[in-house]
Amino acid sequence: MLNITNLECVRGDRQLFAGLSFAMGEGSLLHLHGPNGAGKTTLLRAIAGLVLPESGDIQWNGQSTRKLGEDFNRELIYLGHHYGLKFELSGYENLRIFANLSGFDIAERQVEEALQQVGLARCVELPVKVLSQGQKRRVALARLLLQPVKLWILDEPFTALDVKAVAMLKEMIQAHVAKGGMVILTTHQHVDIEVGQIHHIHLGAH
Amino acid sequence: MFAALRCIIQRDLLLAMRHRSDVLTTLFFFIIVVSLFPLGVGPEADLLRAMAPGVVWVAALLASMLSLGRLFADDYADGTLEQLLLAPQPLALVALGKVLAHWLISGLPLVLMSPLLGLQFGLTGDALWMLVMTLLLGTPVLSLIGAIGAALTLGLRGGGVLVSLLVLPLYIPVLIFGAGAVEASISGLGAEGHLSLLGAILVLALLLAPWASAAALRISVE
Repeated sequence: MLNITNLECVRGDRQLFAGLSFAMGEGSLLHLHGPNGAGKTTLLRAIAGLVLPESGDIQWNGQSTRKLGEDFNRELIYLGHHYGLKFELSGYENLRIFANLSGFDIAERQVEEALQQVGLARCVELPVKVLSQGQKRRVALARLLLQPVKLWILDEPFTALDVKAVAMLKEMIQAHVAKGGMVILTTHQHVDIEVGQIHHIHLGAH
Repeated sequence: MFAALRCIIQRDLLLAMRHRSDVLTTLFFFIIVVSLFPLGVGPEADLLRAMAPGVVWVAALLASMLSLGRLFADDYADGTLEQLLLAPQPLALVALGKVLAHWLISGLPLVLMSPLLGLQFGLTGDALWMLVMTLLLGTPVLSLIGAIGAALTLGLRGGGVLVSLLVLPLYIPVLIFGAGAVEASISGLGAEGHLSLLGAILVLALLLAPWASAAALRISVE
């Protein structure tokens, strides 16, 4: 489904990685490893289409993701270092905007349920800025429950989460992969996820 | 597609509602700059009437510049801009939505306030009406062109000054035809020519600026 061939990414004058190739199909999880500065985030952003790779090809179902453009965007959710939330708006409003922009017709109740599932039932109407770091992260994660997409790209999703939330996210990832979804993630924490096909890629700092 | 456009506009208007002070700053800046001129120049009616179009228009340009900084910068800082880039919608549409919201927030209030300010300068009747008309046609162009500059300077140090240097020269045609139309109306000449040209600039900007902003946003986010 996702085919990456000979990918090379450069940040400034520094080559982060080159000749990177891998493929992943439905129901699989890719765990990226590597020290700080190895290019994990850049690789994730390149796959999502936010960074233009120096050379190489990223294909989704046999078609270049660049060419697919918005059609590829419809298949993925990218959660980066930033929460991607408007702090002045409530969790409910934030999720509602994401859902509307993605073209999913989502009922009010579904949004509330998603927030309930990530343990924020009582914070639905609060502006995100008054929530703690971990709670903000949970609001961002609630999108994964709300928008039924195939590919999750998660950059350090476990930071700021408490033990309970880490377990919850692990379950969410396992359920998604078990349903035939695909997850690409980076994390420095040791998280044991046992589901489907698990690939590991080690990016080394040059 | 129009649902997405509406969603972006609603979102930005909602954010502006939560940040009312930002909106009012632009408007009060406009009012104060324009009001300073009669105080500084003196109460000579003919002189004031002659300089009214230029003064109001220059103040509108500066007020529009003032609010450009916030157009994309906040979204860039909190990561929502990259999420907008990843939304399954044409980026130009997203950019257009943001520009329209920006105009509703920072341009439209100036248009609505302008007749009152025109009165300070002794403008009456047709000239006052023409001032409103030109601002109505011209201020969306300011937002559209400004968006390109704001997108290009995103994340740069001192972006605010840079965006002025980049965008103010591009505002010149709008200034010339906008102020020109009001002057023509004051001196009793027809202003249709000026108005048509302003309209043409608006159409051109509407067609091209969203694409240019979208391309600039992609570069800036990378």
